[in-house]
Amino acid sequence: MLLQRLLSHDRGGQILLVLLLAVMVLVPVLNLAVPADSPFHLSTTTVTLLGKYLCYALLALALDLIWGYCGILSLGHAAFFGLGGYAMGMYLMRQIGDRGVYGNAELPDFMVFLNWQELPWYWLGFDQFWFAALMVVLVPGLLAGIFGYLAFRSRVTGVYLSIITQALTVALMLAFELNSMGFGGTNGLTDFKEILGAPITADSTRVALCVASALMLALAYLLCRAIVTSRYGRIVLALRDAESRTRFCGYKVEHFKLWLFVFSAVLAAIAGALYVPQVGIINPGEFKPLNSIELVVWVAVGGRATLYGAVAGAFSVNYAKTWLTSVYPEAWLFALGALFVLVTLFLPKGLVGVVATLRQARADGSLQRNWQRLASRFGVPTKGEQP
Amino acid sequence: MTERIPLLHRNALPLLALLLWCGAGLATAEPAIDTATPAPSVEAAANASPAPHPALALIGGSFNARAAAARQLASSGEPQAVAILEALLGGQLYGGGEPPQLVIKQGSAFSDALSGAALAELPTGARKIPVNNSLRGQLRDLLATLSLRHSDPQVRRDAALRLLGNAADGRYQPLLAELLTSEQHPEVRQALLLVQALGQLGSGSEQQQAVAVDTLADSLQPEIRNALEVLASADGASADGNPTLAAAARTAADAIDARIQRFQLLENIFFGLSLGSVLLLAAIGLAITFGVMGVINMAHGELIMIGAYTTYSIQLLLPNHISLALLLSIPAAFVVSGLVGIAIERGIIRHLYGRPLETLLATFGVSLILQQAVRSIYSPLNRAVSSPEWLSGSWQINPVFALTWNRLYILFFALAVFAALWLVLKHTRLGLQVRAVAQNRGMARAIGVRASRVDALTFGLGSGIAGVAGVALSQLTNVGPNLGQDYIIDSFLVVVFGGVGNLWGTLVGAFGLGIINKFLEPWAGAMLAKILVLIAIILFIQKRPRGLFPQKGRAAEG
Repeated sequence: MLLQRLLSHDRGGQILLVLLLAVMVLVPVLNLAVPADSPFHLSTTTVTLLGKYLCYALLALALDLIWGYCGILSLGHAAFFGLGGYAMGMYLMRQIGDRGVYGNAELPDFMVFLNWQELPWYWLGFDQFWFAALMVVLVPGLLAGIFGYLAFRSRVTGVYLSIITQALTVALMLAFELNSMGFGGTNGLTDFKEILGAPITADSTRVALCVASALMLALAYLLCRAIVTSRYGRIVLALRDAESRTRFCGYKVEHFKLWLFVFSAVLAAIAGALYVPQVGIINPGEFKPLNSIELVVWVAVGGRATLYGAVAGAFSVNYAKTWLTSVYPEAWLFALGALFVLVTLFLPKGLVGVVATLRQARADGSLQRNWQRLASRFGVPTKGEQP
Repeated sequence: MTERIPLLHRNALPLLALLLWCGAGLATAEPAIDTATPAPSVEAAANASPAPHPALALIGGSFNARAAAARQLASSGEPQAVAILEALLGGQLYGGGEPPQLVIKQGSAFSDALSGAALAELPTGARKIPVNNSLRGQLRDLLATLSLRHSDPQVRRDAALRLLGNAADGRYQPLLAELLTSEQHPEVRQALLLVQALGQLGSGSEQQQAVAVDTLADSLQPEIRNALEVLASADGASADGNPTLAAAARTAADAIDARIQRFQLLENIFFGLSLGSVLLLAAIGLAITFGVMGVINMAHGELIMIGAYTTYSIQLLLPNHISLALLLSIPAAFVVSGLVGIAIERGIIRHLYGRPLETLLATFGVSLILQQAVRSIYSPLNRAVSSPEWLSGSWQINPVFALTWNRLYILFFALAVFAALWLVLKHTRLGLQVRAVAQNRGMARAIGVRASRVDALTFGLGSGIAGVAGVALSQLTNVGPNLGQDYIIDSFLVVVFGGVGNLWGTLVGAFGLGIINKFLEPWAGAMLAKILVLIAIILFIQKRPRGLFPQKGRAAEG
């Protein structure tokens, strides 16, 4: 079967999919069916947080696909995330209708505030969900297509590519901060009321969004896995390791890179579109260069070129962030900075690499030998010493 | 480490000396700003006559009586008249008490208006002397007249030019005619003639107007341009107008416009050069660490920030010697940032050579740690670093064109740092070794260059220059933990735009981007200009992936 073929040699992927399946089943049950005073009840805040993490994981997956497998370190991937988010935000903004502060059914509040008379042309159609969903995919995909076409055609690689992707996200940030662009300036889009007719803050909507994120992540994982195990994926791996050689073998390296880059950008955009209704706001801060670089750290911490490692990295780093910023707000940047340094210096393969090393060591017995050596030094009797 | 520090000193000494020399040059070249205003003479108290001082009549009475008293004071030739009238105009003159006293309030300090002696507090019964708009107008005219007779020609000239604003109705003509009979100084005469011509333009006979148009055609003042514009359009429209005169006025106004535009172009170029010098300062250290060594140092911006905070700290230590503190902070920032840079290189980057993307991540981590450290040590708030007097103010070259001193000095400072760095790289042993290691590491090691030590020193040099850039930036903006982040992307773009591994490319790239940015700003707005420049660079890199001046030869292929 297809699933079997995709996951047969992928223990991490199997675990991930089982976990996602569990989320899809347990979250609705524990939040909606279990009464609020039960210890098994899952609060809506937790559901939203989980949904947020799932979106981050999808974004990390997108980056791992191009960084881990193709060697393109994009320092502007949050740009596609943000664009997808804005497309969704525009749809949600139009759904407010006349329930805004100014009660104008045609214009969002910030346009009334800026004294605009009619909706700009690029806002037309965003009152339809199908159109917004199309734009979520189309706009970032098109931008990635143009950007990638230009960059890969002229063989901009490595660090240069990283720097111009960063320039791209900075340019977008500055553009979205302009009031005259018609995207709400620095305040962005917020105050959403409903999505597809359902009130956006209701428990059931939150659960549905969380489940949708988990479903999307599972689908995206299978798609990415299908790509990297295919013949196409092997060529991508080959060009990561020896680009010139692959080119000399007759492959159009630019095309491979371009399609993978566009696909990755679309995944990032979908993550953004799922993220916005859950957090309830989108503003130009999403385009900050720091966000894109933080995203790279998630992937680096989890482990590159494993796909499930990116998901694990996104979850662990973000959980640490949520915990640290609430307990020791001062320490978060110290911890994040130290994480960057330590992971690059000591864990080039990330958490996944640590797990793999441990398993390898157990398999060939070196773990036990090391443990015995350590134990004997401190005089602890172990099983091995009791013949 | 014990062995390395003296070596750093030996190699960095020429650069330090050069920087100090530049700094000293800056300090001695005091700009000649003419701010001479008449100071109230302290000796006046000694020869105070028993008759009541005419200024005391300002206390009490109606506004009209006060105006008369002011006129009398102005014509009395009393040395403190200007100070008293200015205080009255500014609402800083207090009067009253027994015996009656006039007191000038400056900030929170009080001084006796007649003797100039400082007073501990306001005498009992003294009240602020009220002024109304009509009195204010008369006071301004009186002060103008007084300044026009001042002994310093510069004061006379400035006072004459101040009259331009409301000379068009010809109210000063008798006064000007009288002054012109006695005035000898050529510059003051010229200024007075300008004011006279402007008056004639507005109210004289047609013949006078024609002469006035000729006189005014060479000036730049916006008031004159407006007056000519009025004449040109009014006379052309009305039936009784004089078409020849209108045409002459039109030509003169257009000539002034053209000249103003030329100076605006110059001003734009200056702003562009100034922005370019900031970019150059920020990017030049990166041109070493990124361009020569190939290390992506995302903490470069934070090294700039450390330089700026060093300036701030030294200023805290020497609060009363702002100039000295600033000059001291140039070498201090170089050393502090340089040492931090060496620590980063030895601790982290050394292990990551040949893996540029990993270096990028690790140094980004360092930048976060440094930012948060500064936030914890100092404060998350922005701090202002005060500027010495010779750096504040501007150089008014003509009425429409002025250069601010700090930007001008920073422009020259950036060029001096660039020259110093160039000399170090081309003409010192360290520079030779740096270039050797950059070109062929293996070969350099084979002939006895200790490559890892050279790496550390090169990185220290680049970081130290970032620190020096921080000193300069502290004079332009506030110092805060995010200072570095604002410059890091721009610096990388400058280096990439100019061509990696090429100092001249960085120079051209910085000034080029600065000027392009400032020329786009007037019609696109500041934000949009920046966006356009970013997009232009992205497209430019597609066209020339190795920048304006790509490296040639084998080194380029690495």
